[in-house]
Amino acid sequence: MSGSPGLSYFLRRLSQAVLVMFVVVLGNFLLIRLAPGDLVDVLGGTTDLSPEQALALRQRYGLDQPLLMQFLRYAGNLLHFDLGFSPRQGAPVVNVLLERLPTTLALVFLSLFLSVAIGTAVGVLAARRAGTVADFGLSLVVLLFYATPSFIIALLLILGFSVYLPWLPSAGISTPGLDLEGFAKLLDIGRHFILPVIALSTFYTAIYGRLSRAAMLEVLSQDFIRTARAKGVPERSLLWRHALRNALMPIVTMAGLQVSSLLGGAVLIETVFGLPGIGRTAFDAVMERDTNMLLGVLFMSSLGVVCVNLLVDLIYRLVDPRVELA
Amino acid sequence: MRRTFKALLKHPSGLVGLVLLAGILIMAASAGTAYPEGPWPMDGTPTLWPGEERAYLLGTDAMGRDLLAGLLYGARVSLAIGLAATAVALLVGVTAGALAGYHGGWIDDALMRFTDAMQTIPSFLFAVVIVGVLTPSLLTIICSIALVSWPTVARLVRAEFLRLRSLDFVLACRTMGMSDARIIFRQILPNCVAPIIVASSVLVATAIIIEASLSFLGLGDPNAMSWGTMIGAARPSLRTAWYMTLVPAAAVVATVLALNLIGDALNDALNPRRRER
Repeated sequence: MSGSPGLSYFLRRLSQAVLVMFVVVLGNFLLIRLAPGDLVDVLGGTTDLSPEQALALRQRYGLDQPLLMQFLRYAGNLLHFDLGFSPRQGAPVVNVLLERLPTTLALVFLSLFLSVAIGTAVGVLAARRAGTVADFGLSLVVLLFYATPSFIIALLLILGFSVYLPWLPSAGISTPGLDLEGFAKLLDIGRHFILPVIALSTFYTAIYGRLSRAAMLEVLSQDFIRTARAKGVPERSLLWRHALRNALMPIVTMAGLQVSSLLGGAVLIETVFGLPGIGRTAFDAVMERDTNMLLGVLFMSSLGVVCVNLLVDLIYRLVDPRVELA
Repeated sequence: MRRTFKALLKHPSGLVGLVLLAGILIMAASAGTAYPEGPWPMDGTPTLWPGEERAYLLGTDAMGRDLLAGLLYGARVSLAIGLAATAVALLVGVTAGALAGYHGGWIDDALMRFTDAMQTIPSFLFAVVIVGVLTPSLLTIICSIALVSWPTVARLVRAEFLRLRSLDFVLACRTMGMSDARIIFRQILPNCVAPIIVASSVLVATAIIIEASLSFLGLGDPNAMSWGTMIGAARPSLRTAWYMTLVPAAAVVATVLALNLIGDALNDALNPRRRER
């Protein structure tokens, strides 16, 4: 290996990521194009088209070309981030997605942050009291969260905190008809995010709870902890600084892997809570057969996941230099 | 096999899981005898609360369909889809993982990049797209779940094969002139049954969650009464008649919980090294 090992490692990971994106793009394209019925058939289902009009539309969207040509044109457009036009939305796909991206990013990353924070805290507390009633109780709650699909949690939260205790809004991203500015507006939007974020994060909280409990138990049984305890490190600092720092690695890895899964969960949560994000857009695009929009959502979310994975890889190497350069 | 089962019964969470799962199985099995006319007839008074009328123990939905009938038939759908999707995912995943792990080289590279790509696309989003584009039916739902779950199996099996293929007993088999296929399926594969079994219970649980989520969104098989469909149909009445949501939701949670508990117990029983946890 020549040059800096870090750089060549990064370049190799980057080329792998590009390859992965190519496979994703090709796979999605084939899936959507090989499905029965194209965009024109769908448009024809709602408005009556003559054969001539249908042919003209197919020519306009390039659907009369051979599959390979269609793919090359599609991939070529992707390279300068042209995701095509959505006839349903009457706007370029990129514009629609970029406008709705912040909602989904806020939902996904707030949920990730909340679940890592609470899950880790629960895991550490359970590990410290391993074998006691408190540990059993926490593990039971974690087990229940782990088994409950997010949309069921969402419905229960709406029932509890929007219907019976009318504290929080259950739909939309802001209170309609209320013309707020500045901080008040932010507060209003924030209130609309509370239930969706909790609903999306419970399952992942359970995962981190289980994971960090196991990791902490393993670390706490190691020699350096006994040494630290012997030299009089206070129990609290032992737990939260010495042990947790070493138990964090599997949690960081897991957090990187979860971004993709959280984006999938956003489809459900955004649909239940009527949040105008990417997930909701994807669901609508499936229902309306908006193929360009659908391909765009798949491309954008995969690109996001690839970038996050790359980032996690780098962070991982920065945090723990022992990690192999393979 | 019998020893594993005994270990499960001794394990507290294994026992609870098995009892729960047995309950679900009885529900699925009794659906036909208890309600021979199926879950669809709208013959009850709409929106009966549980216990309000003796004939409808768990009440009726907004269209007067018996919730208990839906619950029993839903158990069939959930279990059938969970098992079928897992079987397909195992078949594809084990084959791909075994070939890649055993042979290495370009087959391995190709598989790893392909599973990378598969795990990059958010799996639930992918399942929604596949089922939506190919029109919802039991078959497309099973295929979509299998398609998003097999990469996990493939990676697991590949890792086991990588570990096992350099061991002495494989070398001995090769020296004896055993064929690759025989080494893979008769010699190495039996040694990775334990992690595959543990993964399977989680796979079935995940498949049941995906199916419930899909049908909740209205992407279920229109001819199958599933728990997700019931929850989706109950959404407009959530504010006034929450029991319609709670009854099928409890069934989903109980089933997934049972499978997770069994998975945990299997993990402890089959991995003696980690038993002390």
